[in-house]
Amino acid sequence: FFIVGLIFIPIGIGIFVTSNNIREIEIDYTGTEPSSPCNKCLSPDVTPCVCTINFTLEKAFEGNVFMYYGLSNFYQNHRRYVKSRDDSQLNGDSSALLNPSKECEPYRRNEDLPVAPCGAIANSMFNDTLELFLIANESDPTPTPIRLIKKGIAWWTDKHVKFRNPPGEGTLEERFKGTTKPINWLKPVYMLDSEEDNNGFINEDFIVWMRTAALPTFRKLYRLIERKNDLHPTLPAGQYYLNITYNYPVHSFDGRKRMILTTVSWMGGKNPFLGIAYITVGSIAFLVGVVLLVINHKYRSTSNTADTVAF
Amino acid sequence: MGGRTRSDDERLYNYSSLLACGGKSSQTPKLAGKHRVVIPHLQPFKDEYNRFSGTYVNNRIRTTKYTLLNFVPRNLFEQFHRAANLYFLFLVVLNWVPLVEAFQKEITMLPLVVVLTIIAIKDGLEDYRKYKIDKHINNLVTKVYSRKEKKYVDCCWKDVTVGDFIRLSCNEIIPADIVLLFSTDPDGICHIETSGLDGESNLKQRQVVRGYAEQDPEVDPEKFSSRIECESPNNDLNRFRGFLEHSNKQRVGLSKENLLLRGCTIRNTEAVVGIVVYAGHETKAMLNNPGPRYKRSKLERRANTDVLWCILLLVIMCLTGALAHGIWLSRYESVLFFNIPEPDGHIVSPALAGFYMFWTMIILLQVLIPISLYVSIEIVKLGQIYFIQSDVDFYSEKMDSTVQCRALNIAEDLGQIQYLFSDKTGTLTENKMVFRRCSVAGFDYCHEENARRLESYQEAVSEDEDYTDTLSGSLNNVAKPRAPCCRTVPGGALGSKPSDHLSGSTCAVGSGEGASEVFHSRQAAFSSPIETDVVPDTRLLNKFGQITPHLFTSLDGTIQRPALETFYIMDFFIALAICNTVVVCAPNQPRQKIRLSSLSGTPIRSLEEIKNLFQRLSVRKSSSPSLASGKELPPGVPSTFVSRLSLFSRMKLTSPMEEEVSPMNESSQGCSNSACCMQIEKPHSSAGLTDSKVESLPGSPLASNLCYEAESPDEAALVYAARAYQCTLRSRTPEQVMVDFAALGPLTFQLLHILPFDSVRKRMSVVVRHPLSNEVVVYTKGADSAIMELLSGVSPDGANQEKEQMIIREKTQKHLDDYAKRGLRTLCIAKKVMSDTEYAEWLRNHFLAETSIDNREELLIESAMRLENKLTLLGATGIEDRLQEGVPESIEALHKAGIKIWMLTGDKQETAVNIAYACKLLEPEDRLFILNSQSNDACEVEMSVILKELQKKTPASPGQASLRKCSPQPPLTQDSGQRAALVITGKTLEFALQESLQRQFLELTAWSHTVVCCRATPLQKSEVVKLVRSHLQVMTLAIGDGANDVSMIQVADIGIGVSGQEGMQAVMASDFAISQFRHLSKLLLVHGHWCYTRLSNMILYFFYKNVAYVNLLFWYQFFCGFSGTSMTDYWVLIFFNLLFTSAPPVIYGVLEKDVSADTLMQLPELYQSGQKSEAYLPLTFWITLLDAFYQSLICFFVPYFTYQGSDIDIFTFGNPLNTAALFVILLHLIIESQNLTWIHMLVMIGSILSYFFFALVFGAMCVTCNPPSNPYWIMQEHMLDPVFYLVCILTTCIALLPRFTYRVLQGSLFPSLILRAKHLDRLTPEERAEALKKWRGAGKKNQVTSKYVDQSTGKSGRRPVSGPSAHAMKSATSCAAEQGDLPLCETALDLGFSAPEASDMMDPKI
Repeated sequence: FFIVGLIFIPIGIGIFVTSNNIREIEIDYTGTEPSSPCNKCLSPDVTPCVCTINFTLEKAFEGNVFMYYGLSNFYQNHRRYVKSRDDSQLNGDSSALLNPSKECEPYRRNEDLPVAPCGAIANSMFNDTLELFLIANESDPTPTPIRLIKKGIAWWTDKHVKFRNPPGEGTLEERFKGTTKPINWLKPVYMLDSEEDNNGFINEDFIVWMRTAALPTFRKLYRLIERKNDLHPTLPAGQYYLNITYNYPVHSFDGRKRMILTTVSWMGGKNPFLGIAYITVGSIAFLVGVVLLVINHKYRSTSNTADTVAF
Repeated sequence: MGGRTRSDDERLYNYSSLLACGGKSSQTPKLAGKHRVVIPHLQPFKDEYNRFSGTYVNNRIRTTKYTLLNFVPRNLFEQFHRAANLYFLFLVVLNWVPLVEAFQKEITMLPLVVVLTIIAIKDGLEDYRKYKIDKHINNLVTKVYSRKEKKYVDCCWKDVTVGDFIRLSCNEIIPADIVLLFSTDPDGICHIETSGLDGESNLKQRQVVRGYAEQDPEVDPEKFSSRIECESPNNDLNRFRGFLEHSNKQRVGLSKENLLLRGCTIRNTEAVVGIVVYAGHETKAMLNNPGPRYKRSKLERRANTDVLWCILLLVIMCLTGALAHGIWLSRYESVLFFNIPEPDGHIVSPALAGFYMFWTMIILLQVLIPISLYVSIEIVKLGQIYFIQSDVDFYSEKMDSTVQCRALNIAEDLGQIQYLFSDKTGTLTENKMVFRRCSVAGFDYCHEENARRLESYQEAVSEDEDYTDTLSGSLNNVAKPRAPCCRTVPGGALGSKPSDHLSGSTCAVGSGEGASEVFHSRQAAFSSPIETDVVPDTRLLNKFGQITPHLFTSLDGTIQRPALETFYIMDFFIALAICNTVVVCAPNQPRQKIRLSSLSGTPIRSLEEIKNLFQRLSVRKSSSPSLASGKELPPGVPSTFVSRLSLFSRMKLTSPMEEEVSPMNESSQGCSNSACCMQIEKPHSSAGLTDSKVESLPGSPLASNLCYEAESPDEAALVYAARAYQCTLRSRTPEQVMVDFAALGPLTFQLLHILPFDSVRKRMSVVVRHPLSNEVVVYTKGADSAIMELLSGVSPDGANQEKEQMIIREKTQKHLDDYAKRGLRTLCIAKKVMSDTEYAEWLRNHFLAETSIDNREELLIESAMRLENKLTLLGATGIEDRLQEGVPESIEALHKAGIKIWMLTGDKQETAVNIAYACKLLEPEDRLFILNSQSNDACEVEMSVILKELQKKTPASPGQASLRKCSPQPPLTQDSGQRAALVITGKTLEFALQESLQRQFLELTAWSHTVVCCRATPLQKSEVVKLVRSHLQVMTLAIGDGANDVSMIQVADIGIGVSGQEGMQAVMASDFAISQFRHLSKLLLVHGHWCYTRLSNMILYFFYKNVAYVNLLFWYQFFCGFSGTSMTDYWVLIFFNLLFTSAPPVIYGVLEKDVSADTLMQLPELYQSGQKSEAYLPLTFWITLLDAFYQSLICFFVPYFTYQGSDIDIFTFGNPLNTAALFVILLHLIIESQNLTWIHMLVMIGSILSYFFFALVFGAMCVTCNPPSNPYWIMQEHMLDPVFYLVCILTTCIALLPRFTYRVLQGSLFPSLILRAKHLDRLTPEERAEALKKWRGAGKKNQVTSKYVDQSTGKSGRRPVSGPSAHAMKSATSCAAEQGDLPLCETALDLGFSAPEASDMMDPKI
């Protein structure tokens, strides 16, 4: 017990400190509140709807900053939802491309054309566009756009092994010939991005989305903000604004949308729980150990007295 | 035989059998359904044969369940009889319904398929083994008569059909049930050994069908035109009824004496011929071959109820899921991204979705019901039984056998026995009967040399030479007789001389042992020197020696007292020698009867010649002058009676051979001419008889080499005893018995009838024609109660003798009581002289009885009753049945273990009680209540009186007593300060077992801690067991060795057979077979305890494991809208149970030893935990489940909070859950298991490694292989992530913390007996011995000083001391209030282990 206690407490403290050092800011832009700038986008008439949210970073974000979008109350882990995909198709199998798995029903075919990528997951892909601008200072109204890196947000193995575009020569459009886009999508899959190596099935936003979240409230990596050099913080303290192209409807399921900016440590994102838990458990173990020691001691003495009486 | 009487009777018989069968019109072949007609399977009768025998099976046997073709369907069919398998099949089917499909269709099948495959492979292997044995048996060769070749040709067993003639030679195994038609034995008998059937290795005689015995050399199958009609095949080994109908419509009855059963072996007979009546599966042996026994153990029943609880839990969980899903769905109005409509576009209503979800959840959570539990239990049991069987402690050199587990699935019941029912003879005792004392004509002969010899034998068993030295030494030197109150202590001078002589004779026998070593071990057990040598009582021997010459003077009619006594003595020994069914054989030619080969080779024709010769030379005088008896022949004895005697007196000791010819047909019954003995002269004088190739054999060495094989050992003991008095049984055939009577020379008794022993009559009789008096004499031997009732009130010889008889009777009765008090088995010997007319009268009736087919048994008993009455008591014998080695210790240990021991014996009360004292079943300080009442009411009164007294004795529990009246419950032993013992006799038992008194009886027995039932019949034994078992709801164990214990063994929860002297019937019926009673204590205390704890812990662990794991899935449902998603890859999910966590519990179940064997043996008290089912109470089950819930909660929520709100995806989330669960589950096992060996560690590490290996490989290989859930590279990602490790460690620690704390606290605060015993194991040997001493010593001290009791009760006050026990301590009588001391033992023991324990506890922490 003492060992457990003694080991756990420092670990907990370490974790806690690390976690506390992580800078994180979360901006809800669902727009259900009337005051929110994005409130206007709730009506389906406004298309495209762009809204802007201002926020201030109190402290500078050092190191690489990760930009997430977060969704709440979105049950990406619903059994039938999770199943509704065709890994073979996503892996570039040409036969599966034109004849997707039954699991994709009812998002398997649209107007007699196979849907690529098929299934409910793909169909419901997050399609807001987020842009981040730094208002350098009060005086200068021209905002500096923050460079958001699209690549490197998906697992390497996903991008290079699990997801593949259909084989063949020619442009992606040709390779995806004979398929149609998912119903909810605005653009076909081969137009997700301008870059060839981030388009089609290997579009990293798409890959990230396809990795279904475990819990109904989740975040997904959207962009990376790379550290420029050691001298300047990646995101200096100051005023920023977030430009949102609002496409994704969440109010039907009381969902919420967020944008999260966070730095990372060796243990990932900010989460005080682990540290606290470690500290607590360590302390409890220590306490129990002490209690046991006392009990044992007392016990031994009582038995010793009994001993002397008996013999 | 074939006397006139016989042929008369035959006619009678035919008539009666006609009568008996008349109603069923046995003559019509229609009856073939009920009766079977067998016709020779030969050309002339071909049509008829086909008509009758078409439906008869041939001799090919197939014991396999499956064939190659039907294996798969049949095996599946069998397996799906199991509810569990059906359940899983249902799940598989359910998963094929698309609406509720949770997994991929194929995956759900996997566990089922694996389980089915494992069991199918097991079954298949077993079956294949059987198939090979069958094939071997089917291809054995036997000789079958072939018409084509007109001789017997070799033929495979499988080709033998009903109606075939078979010729078998000595030592061949009988291939089918055969009616014996011919035997090379001139008397038409054939010896068989039935060890293959019932394990009895003694020889049994079978007889050629009447009418065939006198036939030509061999039965010619060509001429055999009779047909046999007999019963349809049945499984009664001891019954065969039918008749053989000759072509002339004459009928001959068939009985079991004529039937050779399949599987037996022909012995001592050169060749036999018979006709097959039953073949193959219709043989009695095959019909008697029951399948493997299947008993369900108590633990398994418990587990089954808990499985039901699990199902309930499952249903609740599924219902929750379904309801919640419905509610969850109904919250949303519109179509959602994640709520996918049906393929056809419409949306299911929430209610319907909820309904579907219910089934989906069932599939998802199916793992809750442990499918692998049953497989694992079976594997574990196999392992346990393997360990039991390979325990060297059970090895018995004498029997060359170890423990034998016949029932594979009740090993753990051994750990829960509460009531033990034991047979006495052969179970507690060795069943090696040693002739100890006898009482003849009212005089007791105590045979104390015998007693001394026995003692000395025990001291020097090892060396034969030493043995004889010691023997002679002890005979001369041992002054004090073992039997303290032996009335007739011989004077020193008188005693020493004969004993010198005697030691010499025993020397000779000792050297004869070399020969007996030829025998295999079983037989050696039969004829070990301790049984075979009886040192005659000198006084009796003197009498015997002195009297014999006077024999004939006494016969003169001048009846004097000593002469009468002589008569008695003579008759007594004759009765000892012949009133039995002992088979004589010579040890140096094993399995060869002493019947000389020259004789058996003699054609029967020569017998006729001898007869003629005899008739011619009937008055020819003996020419041997050397014989004293010959000289002392009184000349001119007046009566014909004596003249006949004189005829006999001419028989010489020197001629070892003699032939007896059956009474001549022509002679009238009273005529002296019919005396049918003839004497064969000394070789030199009877050269004319060379025909019969009689060789002179050395008489006396032969006699000492004789060896007897008896059905029961006491018979043999009596014969050996008779031999010691030179009344040697020389040979026995169905028609005659030859006895070497010391002074009279060989006497040949014509054996008229044997009424075999049965447990109803409790006696057996032989009817012989006395060679000297030519009277028909009935010798009866039986239990004293049975005989005493039948003694004649009026003796035919007048008042004087009657008085004599009365005196003898009284004296004998006194002796009998005395014997019984010494724990000797008593038998009474009586005789009755019948007139020939009486006999003929009786015989007629008897044949009537014998030949009736239907209620033959009752009629036979009735007939026996008619014969066995008005007996004259000759004397009584006392045979010692020595206690087996280690019996008292075992009994004591078992008592301490809290097992109530009942002794059920057929012996009389005194014997039983004495044996009970001897084996510590009863302690001197026990209060003994004897229930012996003659009527129902008396019994009731008696019982209530005893009951009241008992209740008075323990005032602590009057409330409980009244409570107990409603439902008889065994009061805890604490209640009774003094141990009470109950002795009940058979008759009273009968009353007690009646419906009305049952409850009272049970209540009474519940109070008493030992019950001895004497004079119990086998049926009563089983009734008692049944009663106790069903009414008290306790675990019962019955142990016995003989056929009379079979019913009891079968009724009890566990039947244990002692493979002893009385054959294998008990073993055949038992679940476990041990060779000695003392092994029982280890079997129960150690293996029973282990098996029980292991298995119960394993079952609990299985439940825990499944609940813990499944709940992870369940908790996840709260976060996925109860949609039935699993956060784990399906393969991992399935394999988790099937592979990663299955081996460790199995290893645990097989190898776990919570306390070492030594400690368990030394502290039998530990056994009580099993009796109370401590390891597996309902409470434990629920605590385990709660713990499982807690652990699963931790396992889920620690990762949940860790990853909450992060970008974790489903399977990445599931991975740490899984890993943590694996660690938790395995470490839980480590906490629970008490001793860890390297095997444990190996398996644990193996499991973990295999898990990681699987996850890594699966993650690496499987890119698109498993479409919906694709764990690609997840494990690899996690292995690089420190958070993963942190989470796993944290989860494991938190999850196990309470359990561990609980265990530690339990270890130091409230240690159970077992825990404390476990600590003893950790001590060094010296410390341990010390602690053990203290443990035991504490109990004793407490008894002595009540002061200390009070003190320490105060000291140990923090421990709850139950009221009754405190009371018991205060009253502190000197009795063994063993329960009362328990808390004190604890105190005393604390010091024994607390120090090491404390350090043990602290070490890991500091």
